[in-house]
Amino acid sequence: MAVEEGLKIELGKQGVFVTTIEELYNWGRRSSIWPMQFGLACCAIEMIATTMARYDLARFGAEVFRPSPRQADLMIISGTVTKKMAPQVVRLYNQMAEPKYVIAMGACAISGGPFKQGYNVLKGIDRYIPVDVHIPGCPPRPEALLHAFMTLQKKIDAQPLTGEGRPRFLDAQAQGEFPVPEFGEHDLEPSSNKGVWPVPVVISAGTKGLRD
Amino acid sequence: MTAEGIKMMIDAALPGSGVEIVTNPSVSGQHSLRLDPSHAVAVAKFLRDDEGLSLDFLSNATGVDWPDKEITEKVKVKRPVTKTVDGVEQTAEETVEETRKRVEPGCLEAVYHLYSVARKHGPVVIRMRTVNRTDQVELPSLTSVWRSAEFQEREIFDLYGIVFKGHPDLRRLLMWDGFKDHPMRRDYVDPDDFEYEPTAHDEVLKRAEAHRAASQEGRAAGQ
Repeated sequence: MAVEEGLKIELGKQGVFVTTIEELYNWGRRSSIWPMQFGLACCAIEMIATTMARYDLARFGAEVFRPSPRQADLMIISGTVTKKMAPQVVRLYNQMAEPKYVIAMGACAISGGPFKQGYNVLKGIDRYIPVDVHIPGCPPRPEALLHAFMTLQKKIDAQPLTGEGRPRFLDAQAQGEFPVPEFGEHDLEPSSNKGVWPVPVVISAGTKGLRD
Repeated sequence: MTAEGIKMMIDAALPGSGVEIVTNPSVSGQHSLRLDPSHAVAVAKFLRDDEGLSLDFLSNATGVDWPDKEITEKVKVKRPVTKTVDGVEQTAEETVEETRKRVEPGCLEAVYHLYSVARKHGPVVIRMRTVNRTDQVELPSLTSVWRSAEFQEREIFDLYGIVFKGHPDLRRLLMWDGFKDHPMRRDYVDPDDFEYEPTAHDEVLKRAEAHRAASQEGRAAGQ
């Protein structure tokens, strides 16, 4: 459906600008991703640094951190998600309007990080909500967050508006709300959302896995 | 100020309060005072209000879990042994070594570190122990003496399960209200949420192996 690149340049030379609705629409979406203003732990400090003059997140059209989930497009999970905090994070995600994206920033948000074997830390926010970009690091540098932003923009740019692989908000069948985990007697219940996070199968882990 | 000196002061002021010294064999030699829970509040008030001590600052309160300990020891026992010497049966006492096992019951302990801002000395370490780890886990709260104990005692209650009597607001501090376990106890089993662990080791490796075996069985059954 896209216009051929060579033809586009040629037409541009003649003063004709050609584009598709899809391209224009995605350009608009990716150029104004407003993150939600909330931080969870030390990664939040790096996130704040990213927004300041030195790294200047505003270059990517994402300078407006919204204090309300209703106005935000992007949730940056910046830090450790404790089990006590997890329901609130999922609830905030549910309250965001589509289209919405998630960046899991840092080791804790991805997997629990150094606290993985703690009783109180969620082993990765992707157990409950879909994550678009993961950034490793403890904490990741602002450049890494900028890279995640650019990765997200590329992802949005590549999304078709119809058919297979279209964004969730254009798909009537897609799941829009994610169940909020509840506080159980020993753990969160359920301990993960199987629809979002099917338990990965480890194919080879060490010597034993190879023999299997 | 040494622990012995403080114990003597307490004994002089409050006779029969049952303060014991718990020695610390390490280089620091920081001995602590073990208070009898039934007299603990009175002793704590004395420690705070006494002119010479004026321990007015509670810097830290924490818990310790002492699990039931099985002790194996060799005991020499005298026992009559029948022997046949030159065709004559004789009974003689003989000392025999016997291995005995006994279980030393565990307890929960609260430890408080006190300083004096007025007198610039410290820390003075005081301890209290519960009767056991299961049903008699009550200790008197020292929040009425040092206000800063409130949240720390709540934390101890949360993580160790010591119930502080007389605490103004004894709720869990870190975990949620419906949570049933006490995570800092030695016998705490954390929830089995290591279904996926790319770099498993030690205990986690055992769990990961079990999960892998279960998933393979599940797959084999499905085929």
